[in-house]
This record gives sequence, C-alpha cells and structure tokens, in this order.
Amino acid sequence: MSNDSELLKIQDLYACIDDTSILKGINLEIKPGEIHAIMGRNGSGKTTTANIIMGHPDYEVESGTVELNGKDLLEMETWERAREGVFLSFQYPQAVPGLQVGNFLRKSVAATLGEEAAKGKEFRNKLKESMKELDIPSSFLGRYVNDGFSGGEKKRFEILQLMLMKPKLAILDETDSGLDIDGIRTVAKGINAAIRGTESGALIITHYSRILEHVKPDKIHVLISGKIVKTGGPDLALELEEKGYDWLEGKSES
Amino acid sequence: MTDNEAREVVGDYKAGWHDPENSTIRFDAGLSEQVVRDISELKNEPEWMTEMRVKAFKHFDERPMPTWGNMSMLEEIDFESICYYLRSSKATENDWEDVPEDIRNTFDRLGIPDAEQKWLSGVTAQYESEAVYHSIREDLEKQGVIFLDMDSGLREHEELVKKWFCSVVPYSDNKFSALNTAVWSGGSFIYVPKGVHVELPVQAYFRINAKNMGQFERTLIIADEGSSIHYVEGCTAPTYSTDSLHSAVVELVALPGAHIRYSTVQNWSANVYNLVTKRGIAHEKAKIEWVDGNIGSKLTMKYPSVILKGEGSHAEVISVAYSGSGQHQDAGAKIHHLASNTTSKILSKSISKDGGRGSYRGQVTVSPKAENCKLNVVCDALILDENSRSDTYPTMEVANPTARCEHEASVSKVSDNQLFYLMSRGHSEEEALALIVNGFFEPFTRELPMEYAVELNKLMALEMEGSIG
Repeated sequence: MSNDSELLKIQDLYACIDDTSILKGINLEIKPGEIHAIMGRNGSGKTTTANIIMGHPDYEVESGTVELNGKDLLEMETWERAREGVFLSFQYPQAVPGLQVGNFLRKSVAATLGEEAAKGKEFRNKLKESMKELDIPSSFLGRYVNDGFSGGEKKRFEILQLMLMKPKLAILDETDSGLDIDGIRTVAKGINAAIRGTESGALIITHYSRILEHVKPDKIHVLISGKIVKTGGPDLALELEEKGYDWLEGKSES
Repeated sequence: MTDNEAREVVGDYKAGWHDPENSTIRFDAGLSEQVVRDISELKNEPEWMTEMRVKAFKHFDERPMPTWGNMSMLEEIDFESICYYLRSSKATENDWEDVPEDIRNTFDRLGIPDAEQKWLSGVTAQYESEAVYHSIREDLEKQGVIFLDMDSGLREHEELVKKWFCSVVPYSDNKFSALNTAVWSGGSFIYVPKGVHVELPVQAYFRINAKNMGQFERTLIIADEGSSIHYVEGCTAPTYSTDSLHSAVVELVALPGAHIRYSTVQNWSANVYNLVTKRGIAHEKAKIEWVDGNIGSKLTMKYPSVILKGEGSHAEVISVAYSGSGQHQDAGAKIHHLASNTTSKILSKSISKDGGRGSYRGQVTVSPKAENCKLNVVCDALILDENSRSDTYPTMEVANPTARCEHEASVSKVSDNQLFYLMSRGHSEEEALALIVNGFFEPFTRELPMEYAVELNKLMALEMEGSIG
C-alpha cells in the first residue's frame, strides 16, 4: 500500500456542476479504522464531495486527486469504485419498483464481494443478524427496493446494505436527516457495527451533531463554500452546535 | 442424431407428431380457394370444415387490411410469397448454418442445451421431449382430459369441435382470423371435464411442438363447469422461423365456475409478423386470465380479449411488450362486460428501446344491462432512449352508470439517479438497466412458471447489453 497507509486521500479537489464551481480545493485524509465527519450548511459542498467520491456523472472534476488505498478512484467507473470498496449511503435512495429487497441484497453482495459471499448459511445468518440489529422485519425482504418506504425505512435499508457489503470506505450522506432519536440510535448502532474494530473507514456527512453523539468521529471537518475551513476533534461538533457556522466564515485552514 | 437413430433410442409413438414415412408435402407459395380445399382434403376433413375454410378464405380475400395498428408494416406483407401448408418435420428442417448467428449466440447465453437449440431452430426434431410429452398426456387422460393437437381433435372429437370451433372467434372477426380459419393447421385442442383441476401448467407440450405448429395454429380450450387449467404456450428462447407470417387463433370457453389461465411468451425472430386473435368467453362465475408476453417479432398485433357473458365472471389480462430496434409491439386487451357483477383487470407494461415502438391498444365496454361491474386498467410504459416511442390508445365505453372504473397510465424513463444508485452497489450500467427493466416486468414475470421467469430475466439482461453508449 502506498501513501503511508491512507485509506482515502483527497488532494486539491476542484469540482463543478453545470459550470458552477462547488468544490474549491478540498484536502482530506482518512486512515483505516477512522471515522471522520464533514459538517456544514446546505450548499457548502458536502453532498458534492460524497457524489464525486462515488462518481456521479453530473459532476465534473476540474483538478485534484481522489485515491483509495493509493488507487486513483477518479479513473474508475462508479461500479468499479463500489467493487474496490467504496459505499455511499444516499440522502435520497432511489426506488426500483419490481426489484425485491432480498434479491437486490444478494446481487449487490455478489457484485462487490464475489458470488461466494452471497451464498450459503453465512450470508443468510449475517443478513438475519443485521436485520435484527436494525429492527427490520423479515417481511421487508419481499418488498421492492425503496418503493413506498418511509423515510426511516429508507435510511435503515441503506445501513443494512452497508453492514452486508462491508466496504472499505463508507460515506454516509445525511443519514440522520429525517430520523427521530430512536432512528438515529438504530442507524448509529449499524454504522458502529460495520466500521468500529475493522480496517474500514467512514465519512459521515451531516448538518447536526446528534448522530455524532452516537458515532464518535475521530475528526470533524467544517466545510464552507467548497473548502474545509476547520478540522478538529469530537468536541468541535458541540462548539458548532452552540455557535453555528458564522464565526468560521472567511476562515481557511489551508 | 438422425430420425431413425432417434427412433431406435426412444421407440415409436402412436401419438407422435411425425409422419412415419417422413413424407414431405409442401404447397407452392400463394393462396387460392383450391389451395384451401387441398389442405382440407389432405387432412381428410369433414365437409363442414372444408366449407368453413372456403367461406373464411373468401372473407379473407375480400376484407381489406386493418386501418389501424401499423399500416405501413402491414402493407409490406406479401401473401403470395407465403407457403400455407407444410407437412412432415423434414420439410421444416433448416440447415444449422442458416440459423442466424445472433440467435445461436442467444441460445448459448441463455444456457439452452445444444440439442434443444437445434430443435428450437427447426433443425432437428426432439424425440426425447416427445417421450416427456407422452407421459404428461397419459396423466391427463386418466383424469378424462382430452389433450390433442387440433387436427387429431377434429378427427377424434368432431362433435365437440363442431360445437365450439369459431364460436368465440368467428372467421369474419378480422382479416387474419379469416386467414387462419382458411388455412389453419396444428394448435391444441383441450377439453377439461366438469370439476377436474389440472394441477400442473400444461406447457411441455408446446415447447415440444412449437416448431411443428407452424404459422397458422388453431387452439381451442374448453373448460367444463367448475374445472381449471393453466396452459402455457411459447418460448422465451428465440423462435427462429424462415416463414414471416404467424397468424394464430386461440379460443377459450370457460363454462360456469371454470378457470382458464393462458400464458404466452413469444420471442419470434425479427422477420416475423405476429398477428394473433385470442379471445375467451367466460360464463357464470367463470374466470379467464391471459398472461401475455411479447418480446420478439417485427410487428405484433395482439389484443387478448374476454367476453364476460355470465354473471359474476372475471377477466384478467396481464401483458408485457418489449420493442427493440425495428420492432413494433401493438398489444393490449379487450374486455366486454355483458353481465352484471362482472369484474376485470388489465395490466399492460411496455418497454421501448433503440427506436422500438410500443403501443397499448385497449377496449373495455360495459353493456347497458350489466349492473355493478368493476373494471381496472393500468398501463405503464418505460422508454429507454430518445429514439423510442410509446403510445396509448385506451377506450372505455361504459353504458351502465353503476360501473366502477379505474384507469391509470404512466410513462417513465430510467433516471440517471436510479442508475447511479444501482451502480454504486457494484452493478455495471448494463446490469443496472437490466435490474430496472426486469423489475418493471416483475408483475408479469411472477405469474409465469419458474423456468420461464428465469429465462425471461436472462433474456432481458441480454437485450440490455450493448445498449450503453
């Protein structure tokens, strides 16, 4: 592994959508086993960062690099990134009518971890166990992917996929939005189970500090107008809760 | 394996479809009253059938082409170049080398064994499968079910055939029902006695005989009071035909309390005009369901219909159509509520891609005397690119105010966000598209016997390949 065992390394990332520049020089490094959080207001570039790591076709990378374990992600198609171990928990997961949850989970695990991983007792046990942890009833497997799901069900389903697909890097885009306290506690349990004690890392994107009380991040980055203006430890979340973002306007760490 | 070798392996069958002499009779192309009379004579048919054929031929001859559907494609049919009667498997055999390569590849990729590939292409006959068919038939015979090819049905059960033949679809119904009545050959004749429930879908039969059925098969199914049957026709695998016109007629009679389900998946090669009339009559408290999938052909015009004649009867038509490059699937359903407390449900799903065109054409009527009818029509179209087209021509004529009607229609496109979501789970763009397309067809696929469903899913995944720019 090159790059001093960095799991994710983003350097000087500039990106735009429809000629509107959104990211203006992002630098970010996550080591294996670490959980980082990106906080910031709406429109600061949080979701853009997530989408660019995953390879959404609407965004254009102007310059900079994104590497996973030293491999250039920007050169890869979205599904190649997924097979390489990148996972995105979507803010707005898409419905696929007619595609059954059970079938989709099996196919997705097979696509990312190989056919063998999606077969047999071990997979079924892991599925059962993870569903139990997330309070998902078994009838859920027969439903269609995100079709008619409540907001909470969608988020729990994203975390179920995370737990089964065991990615190297999990990006969680506003996974806490629209959830009540119990919901947040449940998904946090899932995130901790998937990441803590493993060599995987996670990047949690959020407005609020609530989820960070349950998933203690190693580092918090504050994103304002496409730049990380401050990086700190878990306490930074509390400070932001108290003071908002205004005091960080115009600051730049780099 | 030659025919003789095959016969040595599996023996001779009385019930076999093949001429013992392997005689080859092939009529010259083109149609006339004489050709129609010759077909009938060759089959040793009773006079009433000969006369019906002739009347039908005259009607066909006089009747203009339909003035709807895809008129320009219909005008391209050259009736003079079509051979209207072939007999003996020998005559239908092609050279394996003549089977187009893309079809051979599809067979391979669907995992269809070599022997079956050749049989499906009409290159060889499938004696082994005939043995399977034979045992299925014995099983049904024990229950008193009559299950024959239509020609044998006419020979062995003339009274039943005379009573019901053309009773659901008169020869004068349309130009192509007239053509079929004039030159029909092959097809199935089934009679299910009172109260008998045929548990397994009757399907092996048609897979075996699809090729021998030829282009003008005629099927008649009579389900007597309180009986039930599920009949499966067709093949998800591509059905290669050198003959470019397939014009079948299917008649279903569900007597009081009977239940008939008729499932079809057609995947004719892209040179075939598939112009089929399918209709059923449901008597009191009877139920008729058409499960109809159209994947192949150049032009399909097919509108499975049900006449709800008896009080409390029920009709369902679930159909899917896939139109790729150069294809037009003009499909739909017709339901006529003639009696009170009748209910019907139409679900139509179509996908168009690479310039293909899908049309839903539906007609639902409620007669003035039919009280408290319920009808529900849902049509969904999925368009995969800018060049493709989908149209809906729904008609509802409701002459009784107590009817409850529901109609929903939707046209959707695959969104980039949907694809991105699936790709983020490790699925390539083609795989993601196949997941969406198969999901779209799922309400249809789940109604099919398992092996058909699996094959259909694979087939759609193959269709999605090479579709990404």
